[in-house]
Amino acid sequence: MTDVLDQFWRAYLYASNGAPSGVAVTLWLLVASVSMGFFISIALAVARVSSRRWLSLPLWLFSYVFRGTPLYVQILFIYAGIYSLDFVKGTPPLAAFFQSGYNCLILALTLNTVAYTTEIFAGAIRTTSAGEIEAARAYGMSRFAMYRRVILPSALRRALPAYSNEVILMLHATSLAFTATVPDILKVARDANSATYQTFAAYGLAALLYLCLSFTLIGLFRRFERRALACLGTQR
Amino acid sequence: MFLNGYGPLLLAGTWVTVQLALLSLVVAVGLGLLGAWAKLSAYRGARLAATAYTTLIRGVPDLVLMLLIFFSMQIALNDVTDLLGIEPIEIEPFAAGVLTLGFIYGAYFAETFRGAFMAVPRGQLEAATAYGMREFQVFRRILFPQMMRHALPGIGNNWQVLLKSTALVSLIGLTDLVKVAQDAGNVSFRVFLFISVTGLIYLALTTLSNGILYCLDRRYSAGVRELRL
Repeated sequence: MTDVLDQFWRAYLYASNGAPSGVAVTLWLLVASVSMGFFISIALAVARVSSRRWLSLPLWLFSYVFRGTPLYVQILFIYAGIYSLDFVKGTPPLAAFFQSGYNCLILALTLNTVAYTTEIFAGAIRTTSAGEIEAARAYGMSRFAMYRRVILPSALRRALPAYSNEVILMLHATSLAFTATVPDILKVARDANSATYQTFAAYGLAALLYLCLSFTLIGLFRRFERRALACLGTQR
Repeated sequence: MFLNGYGPLLLAGTWVTVQLALLSLVVAVGLGLLGAWAKLSAYRGARLAATAYTTLIRGVPDLVLMLLIFFSMQIALNDVTDLLGIEPIEIEPFAAGVLTLGFIYGAYFAETFRGAFMAVPRGQLEAATAYGMREFQVFRRILFPQMMRHALPGIGNNWQVLLKSTALVSLIGLTDLVKVAQDAGNVSFRVFLFISVTGLIYLALTTLSNGILYCLDRRYSAGVRELRL
């Protein structure tokens, strides 16, 4: 245990060989994909509940495909599959984009979380009570104003418990980063394992770090939920 | 040639994936029932152990646990055989994969079953006891069938997650669908094609399980009044 800690504590937390690694990279992956995914998902959720089939059907298919296949296969598809195409290799901007493990990984994670989050938000929008929408219409609100003032504020609140679960799952999903050669916590653990042969210490330390991050996130969401959901009168 | 002649290999890989998922499901459901029983039991020790199990396992990514358990299990076994002075026993990767996945998802199933057990009205169990049923009879005739209705959505969810996480076993050296597809793609220089096919196979598997879950749900909801809005 002490070998692993002595040699690798810096790598586990923030940097190895002058490049970011470990917890710092894991958190960066999480923040990047979840924050982009959040805004994209709101727009897509509004389209997903639309009564226009040409708008909602492609989104149904998108989330069906991304929720029905493993994230690891999606990462392989983007990192190894797309880059292997001659068309991509022959187009310099595309080739440059897909060559980077970070780009591919964040793209895969974002698409994955958008698929789940869109369904969560769309579900919450659908459960908006009809009376609220009628009232908004009666006030003469435009569709945009209705979403901004009435539907989204309450729908996003109701979606919060499911959404916080999704964020925790995304934290766990970032552990696939090493398959795209991105040095997250697990990649450092693998390096530590092959350098010291202390398997239990190397992976155990990674597990401990993930546990701390999970609990911190859960705690933050609990506090936020208590504030945001106070208006619904469902304090737990 | 269709899939460069890798069709049969991909099929074999799919079979490994399906076997792995189903066997892990059996282990996970068993551990889940045990965990739920322990969480609701009157013994403080059992409750504590079960809570530690579900909390710790669910707080750590399945991939990290898989690597931790898979590699540490072999090392721990080596230490034991060394201590006893007998020949080292090599754990078979497939069995290790099943046990590891089952152990991880047992924690998720325990939470599902705990909620479902609590949803069965106590009066039903008391009535069964009053009829003179033994404890196991109460479980088999009253508790289990009613608990299943509440547990099914959760079971379905966990199963889909478990099925998808079998893709990770290629990282601990098992020759499953993903590994076969990667190898085939690298050899034939058609990575894109083979990964796409893998995705489609997984999609077919999840679609199939959706259908089965729908039928099960119909069966276990028999006799429950449906409210149409």
